[in-house]
Amino acid sequence: MGDSRDVILARIRGALGDRPDPRPVPREYQRTRDFPSVLDLFAERVADYRAIVHRVTDPVELIRSALAGKRVAVASDAPPEWLVPEVTWLREPLTNADLDACDGVLTGCAVGIAETGTIVLDGGVAQGRRALTLLPDYHLCVVRADQVVGTVPEALARLEPTRPLTFVSGPSATSDIEMDRVEGVHGPRTLEVLIVSQ
Amino acid sequence: MGDTARNPVTWLGSPAFPTAAKTALADDQLRRNLKHATGLIRTKRAGAVAELPDWEQLRLSGEAIKDDVLANLDTYLLRFEESVAARGGTVHWARDAAEANEIVLRLAREAGADEVVKIKSMATMEIGLNEALQAGGVTPIETDLAELIVQLGNDRPSHILVPAIHRNRTEIRDIFKAAMPGTEDLTDEPVELAAAARAFLRRKFLSAKVAVSGANFGVAETGSVVVVESEGNGRMCLTLPETLITVMGIEKLVPTWQDLEVFLQLLPRSSTAERMNPYTSVWTGVTPGDGPRDFHLVLVDNGRTDTLASTVGRQALRCIRCSACLNVCPVYERTGGQAYGSVYPGPIGAILAPQLGGDMHDKHAASLPFASSLCGACFEVCPVRIDIPSVLVHLRAKAVEAKPKYSPEAIGMAAMSWVMAGPRRFRAAQRLAVAGRLLSRGGRIRGLPFPGSKWTDSRDLPAPAKESFSAWWKRTRG
Amino acid sequence: MPTERATGRVALFATCLTDTFFPDTARAVVRLLERLGCSVEFPQDQTCCGQMHFNTGYRAKAVPLARNVASVFAGYDAVVVPSGSCAGMVRHVYPDLSVTPGPVYELSEFLIDVLGIEDVGAYFPHRVTYHPTCHSLRMLGVGDKPLRLLRAVRGLDLVELPAAESCCGFGGTFALKNADVSSAMLADKMSCVLDTGADVLTAGDNSCLMHMGGGLSRLQAGVHPVHLAEILASTEEEPWVTPLATR
Repeated sequence: MGDSRDVILARIRGALGDRPDPRPVPREYQRTRDFPSVLDLFAERVADYRAIVHRVTDPVELIRSALAGKRVAVASDAPPEWLVPEVTWLREPLTNADLDACDGVLTGCAVGIAETGTIVLDGGVAQGRRALTLLPDYHLCVVRADQVVGTVPEALARLEPTRPLTFVSGPSATSDIEMDRVEGVHGPRTLEVLIVSQ
Repeated sequence: MGDTARNPVTWLGSPAFPTAAKTALADDQLRRNLKHATGLIRTKRAGAVAELPDWEQLRLSGEAIKDDVLANLDTYLLRFEESVAARGGTVHWARDAAEANEIVLRLAREAGADEVVKIKSMATMEIGLNEALQAGGVTPIETDLAELIVQLGNDRPSHILVPAIHRNRTEIRDIFKAAMPGTEDLTDEPVELAAAARAFLRRKFLSAKVAVSGANFGVAETGSVVVVESEGNGRMCLTLPETLITVMGIEKLVPTWQDLEVFLQLLPRSSTAERMNPYTSVWTGVTPGDGPRDFHLVLVDNGRTDTLASTVGRQALRCIRCSACLNVCPVYERTGGQAYGSVYPGPIGAILAPQLGGDMHDKHAASLPFASSLCGACFEVCPVRIDIPSVLVHLRAKAVEAKPKYSPEAIGMAAMSWVMAGPRRFRAAQRLAVAGRLLSRGGRIRGLPFPGSKWTDSRDLPAPAKESFSAWWKRTRG
Repeated sequence: MPTERATGRVALFATCLTDTFFPDTARAVVRLLERLGCSVEFPQDQTCCGQMHFNTGYRAKAVPLARNVASVFAGYDAVVVPSGSCAGMVRHVYPDLSVTPGPVYELSEFLIDVLGIEDVGAYFPHRVTYHPTCHSLRMLGVGDKPLRLLRAVRGLDLVELPAAESCCGFGGTFALKNADVSSAMLADKMSCVLDTGADVLTAGDNSCLMHMGGGLSRLQAGVHPVHLAEILASTEEEPWVTPLATR
């Protein structure tokens, strides 16, 4: 194997015998944009993917009404005020079978991207490991206003690349049938988003 | 294994493009499906791209970043290898398809798996991994909806992004009904078809020990790997099994994390024509308590370093597999992807497959660069500005070089060049050409013997004018 | 109408195809430019730009042709070409063949960018649809210049061509090497042309017009392929005449 590595590297050096000198990378694109309201745009663009979006000042009432009577997975470090008693909360350790059988999952997020209507999960506070937001068929995600940025470049600047990251833009979907987007394949088929601003 | 093995990037026994195209053109259902799907995606893409005021600037950056990667590929690969290893991943290097397949098969066996779940990946398709796994006693299960349609239908892929684009919903329903138990009442509603795939694959995801993926990007600086997908099958494969094997072409790197800000804007809008695809996963090595415990990355050459050696052709290695060029190509729209006889169809396939395959004496490969009217629509939409028409013409010259020196075409071309390089010879030829009017009626030639029949089978040809312009000029003004 | 223009020495590069098959187009360019106050020269030693050779993979065979073009047109201040495709070859490919091209202009570029004229004083009382040929559109980037010229023509009823930017399927030797695909593309293009109800199909390239015209003539569709130059040259005093038979 070490052999193949040397062979490939030698082939590359041979192929680049003309010593191509690439131009400096132009970065004239916009890192930020002037959106009238980042939060309005975020809400609108998430909803464009046929996710359910709510704007609230306090998430607890909506958590209650959305999840009452259900068995819902939640990360171990979820804020205690989310854990309303009307819900049966499932905490780690959870098996894949537990996650597959539960009614849904409640998480926070790391970053929201307004322009693309994207939520980024990084396994940080209130998010749990990746399987948590994958196996349940329903995902309720709480996004704080201060977590929402305008553009993709702004979002990447806030993220730590070595954490496991999942960018979520709407519910699971496919464009494989006649190139038209339809919702609902393997990930959560319903995505509900609570945007919390004071 | 070895340097003499045939590169599986083109399918063995494929006819030359014109022959395959003729068959495809005769399939009315195929043409209707393609026209519908490509028409839809073209309009959507135009809208998604128009939304970004800095699209052209993003393209220029994307082009330059990829050129930098190619010009310093050895440096970036070593940096990437180091970063992946530092985070607990194991990096393997494969010179060709056979070696890559061997590595994956060995790793799957070592993990005790007799089946693996797979994320759609062009690299694994290119190297013929499924066939190699099957031959080695490991069953590959494609989990992408379109790949599943192709696999269950015993079919071949016809598109880079949507391998089953040649199928419409009704055909997909019929394939599912034949292959999936308990789907007797399935309708052709896309939501229902997606649900059937969900039910069919869920058990596989929950029990799989090993997953195999490709990679859209590898970040040299951090060792992070990126997979862009829609359905969540990718997330299932990347998260649930204990062992993850990622097969990645050596050109798929970007230098830094920040560079992804360009490609995560270019790729979704160019491929599925969305602001963002539903799911993008990024992982770096192994994360304790989250996802696979064992991560292997297989770096594949398989003709890439040969491609890199061509100063004109190497730009094909900038490709990020978005498939925008297929969707706008007037040739692809009429023939579909299977006519190209390669996992890489369409305009990008016509420049990538012959270069990776590296054998212009192969009649099929040599026919691919001619499968274009050079209309330039592919270049116009390419998010990394690959000048596909120029590479096509460059490869046509390579194909001509590989042909016998005295082919009828070569003799004809040489004769025409000789005539036209001498103005007096050209004027004499023009006077002779007027005799062509004898073949015409009312200035129109309706039938010519072969090879002129290739034109006159479907269109008239004007006869040369009674008096050429130059003759007129000389007579009236000279 | 201006009589003298400070455009320096202007040469016509008729192109081999137009010279041999479509002399009316070249005559129209001369008439048009002279009407606009240019004096036009036609260097007799011009032949072919070499595009067919180059694009078919016979690069070395294109070089003598490119050198001939460069030497024939050396010293002119502007070389006007009634073909987007040949102009594109000269401007964009010659440097790659180590041949330095002079200042070539596709006709609509010359009229709008050099002469600064959109209304050339033409009269053309017909229903016209315009096909932007691929090389004009994407290789040269002439944009809407031909359309701006057409919109200023008196009596002309301009109708939009559906899917205008789709290739007609010509592509030089592509039309022979992949005749079936080419014909399928042509069939779709013709159905778009017929949908417009136009009497005249125009474009800036006789090669594509020859292809589309060949299809229309086979269908006996009654739609006349007419080069942009011929429309712009047409006036009330000297109008374009509908051909009795399609030529």
